[in-house]
Amino acid sequence: MLSFFAKRIALALSQMLAISVIAFSLLYLSADGIARAILGEQATEAQVAAKTVELGLDRPLHVRYFEWLTSALTGDLGRSYFTPQDVIDALLTRLPVTLSLLIATTIVAAIIAFGLGIAAAVYRGWLDRVVQVLSVLGYAIPGFLVALFLVVVFAINLKLLPATGFIPLTTDPAGWLRTMILPIAALSLGAIAATAQQVRGAMIDVLRADYVRTLRSRGLSEREIIFKHVLRNASSTGVTVLGLQFVGLLGGAIVVEQIFALPGLGTVAIQYTSRGDIPVVMGLVLLTALIVATVNLLVDLAVGLLNPKARIS
Amino acid sequence: MSTSTPKQTVRDSALRRFLSNPLAFLASSILLIIIAAALLAPVLSPQDPNFSAIRDAFLPPFSPDHLLGTDSAGRDVWARLLFGARISLAGAALALVIAALIGIPSGLLAGYYGGWFDSVSTWTTNLVQSLPGIVVLLAARAVLGPSIWYSMLIFGVILSPGFYRVVRTAVINVRNELYVDAARVSGLRDTAIIGRHVLTVVRAPIIIQGALLLGIALAIQSGLEFLGVGDNSIPSWGNMLNEGFRNIYRDPISILWPALAIGLTCAALVIIGNGLRDALEERGTRKVKASKRAAVVPVEPVAIVAARPEDDATPVQDVAPVPDAILSVRDLKVGYGERGSETVVVNNVRLDVRPGEVLGLVGESGSGKTQTAFSILGLLPAGGRVIEGSILFDGEDLARKSRSAFREIRGTGIAYIPQEPMSNLDPSFKIGSQLVTPMIRRLKIDRREATTRALELLDRVGIRDPKRTFDAYPHEISGGMAQRVLIAGAVSCRPRLLIADEPTTALDVTVQAEVLRLLRDLQAESDMGVILVTHNFGVVADICDRVAVMNKGTIVEMNDVESVFARPAHPYTQMLLASTLEGGPSRTELDAAEAGAR
Repeated sequence: MLSFFAKRIALALSQMLAISVIAFSLLYLSADGIARAILGEQATEAQVAAKTVELGLDRPLHVRYFEWLTSALTGDLGRSYFTPQDVIDALLTRLPVTLSLLIATTIVAAIIAFGLGIAAAVYRGWLDRVVQVLSVLGYAIPGFLVALFLVVVFAINLKLLPATGFIPLTTDPAGWLRTMILPIAALSLGAIAATAQQVRGAMIDVLRADYVRTLRSRGLSEREIIFKHVLRNASSTGVTVLGLQFVGLLGGAIVVEQIFALPGLGTVAIQYTSRGDIPVVMGLVLLTALIVATVNLLVDLAVGLLNPKARIS
Repeated sequence: MSTSTPKQTVRDSALRRFLSNPLAFLASSILLIIIAAALLAPVLSPQDPNFSAIRDAFLPPFSPDHLLGTDSAGRDVWARLLFGARISLAGAALALVIAALIGIPSGLLAGYYGGWFDSVSTWTTNLVQSLPGIVVLLAARAVLGPSIWYSMLIFGVILSPGFYRVVRTAVINVRNELYVDAARVSGLRDTAIIGRHVLTVVRAPIIIQGALLLGIALAIQSGLEFLGVGDNSIPSWGNMLNEGFRNIYRDPISILWPALAIGLTCAALVIIGNGLRDALEERGTRKVKASKRAAVVPVEPVAIVAARPEDDATPVQDVAPVPDAILSVRDLKVGYGERGSETVVVNNVRLDVRPGEVLGLVGESGSGKTQTAFSILGLLPAGGRVIEGSILFDGEDLARKSRSAFREIRGTGIAYIPQEPMSNLDPSFKIGSQLVTPMIRRLKIDRREATTRALELLDRVGIRDPKRTFDAYPHEISGGMAQRVLIAGAVSCRPRLLIADEPTTALDVTVQAEVLRLLRDLQAESDMGVILVTHNFGVVADICDRVAVMNKGTIVEMNDVESVFARPAHPYTQMLLASTLEGGPSRTELDAAEAGAR
């Protein structure tokens, strides 16, 4: 188990390193372009050249990368080109908003998706067909359209919930919930659709397994068989799919934050990329990769705990 | 070529199935209309999509000259929607083409040749998929500026794993097919094999995946423009959405048109993709269904006509229940399918088992012996049920019992040993827990007592280190050990009847004898009745007291073992015995003999 986990960590680190190299080279490829983006179109060649030197962009790419990497390892991601703010601060002040949205969405999606998937697999019949249709619809309609629909209906027309704004969970949990219900609903729909479908399939496969028949022959109750044995064997599929969905959720969060005016990473991303603030963009890419890698590790760990066979491979 | 005709009809019927699916038909029609509208935009719209007349801003729909009204800059919404379709669809198509150009060839190469190219490209694929597409696009925008074509180009690269994965999987599956081997052996070059055999197989998944990816590309493109980081000088659906959302309070209706256009197109693409998959997959399932039915259906008439006792020379058995029997099955009929039109797999079966007696249930695969065993256990697979007859166990008719009431007799009354040891232990739980839990539930003893008993049982079934096996997971023990564990589990709640379904078939020959001896000893110790389902007369001779021979769903002969071996009465029994004694003929010989006997 320990070596299994160590291998996964090594893989995650190698991927993050690769992402940082590729992102850094592509983002910093054109030094002149960066300087011109900061100074504007009217700037003279001389001004651009001076700015390039000022930012240290005249030195070779690999030198700058190693500089960036060594300071990144100490938690210093450089400074924004436009505001006198450290990149790490700009990101970390916004991170809790995005994380609270993502974690709440994942929990909601997991509960609903597993509930629907289990019910569809066990009862089959009309319930199964309803879940199937909902899955296709949830997958077919882009998440940000769902978010727009929710805003227009529940916030603007019915005025049931606030359309915009954010209250931190730590200051006022009830207020947080009021501001987060619509974003969570909008974001979780796609993940629920995809995960419920997979949980259903995995449950049906396990229900057909030989050992389920043997467990029945031993006189165990149907409830114990389904919730202990079948669910455990089917849940590693569900958890894996949910983990894959997480990458999509992270992207979706950027759009949803913008729609609901939540001050999270998505807002940072849009503000700073429009201005061409490369250090912040680089930091954002790294942070996103780190979040994805962490989630993947958690998924691997969960699958390893659920499924003893996975630990050997 | 004769091969092209059946292929053609297969494709035609898949297409017909696709179009006969109302949802898929509707989705295809909507998509065609949208594409036609995009192509005919200059004809359908009298206005210029970018012509702005500020004093005409926010005109409502159905205004003169403006079918859907105007936006905040006084531009015609209908014109922008039509010309927007051109840009949005072209952008999504660009991403799809790039994804196909990268994903399909690399998937073909990785799947066909494997090796280092496969490892490298799979690693790269994982890398590409470990960042949300929108983050990559935002980063690209910071460098390249707002251009729909650049971002769709990059998104094509991000989407390419979608093609890579399905193509690679399909190619790996087909590469190992015999006809591809044959083609290789016969000297065809790799390019010819890929062109002729592999491409035909991957075509369907590519089309399906293409529809899904096109929808994703359109969604992300509109999302990006909706965020306001796109090039807002062009009329596209995403820009219209952005414009509509900014004016949501002033002009709430204007967001509806681009939202509908994007939503309908994306939904249509997904539904088309799913419909295509269903249409192509149904071909497979239908074939299987048909062949299954073909294998089962003839059972019924033959079994009923030829095997009724009165038609047959063999005296099967008295109809009255045997007084001291623990199990009496009478006139059992088991079938699958809808009520009234079932496919019958077991018919007219009568048998009795007395305490301490081992009854062998012998027959070829498909003779109905396992179905008989499962109906006694109440464990028929989904769709199967007892149509007629009674299963008396301890004076209770199991055939009338509900599924939940069956629980009361399982484990303590009737227990079961399966055929395939490895697939019958839950891979996620330790062996100890799988032995202990049923004892706690059924014998109402506490965990400590159950643990002690489980260790004793493991020792009793001949496992050398019971403690270690108790703490092991199923994948950590051998097949022979697993079968011993399953036997221990079956006898753990002291059942009075044991049903063993081919308990030695999956084991090595050396282990087979030991497991049979173990079964015989356990049976003698506790005076259990046993039904031993087997196709092997050697096993019958070894362990059984009486034997019932099954053929085509019914019992053709039942007698004590000595008599059956000495004087087999039914021709089918004679044939089975002859084949066993001669050291096993092939199936074809048996079939030939059967055909001759008819």
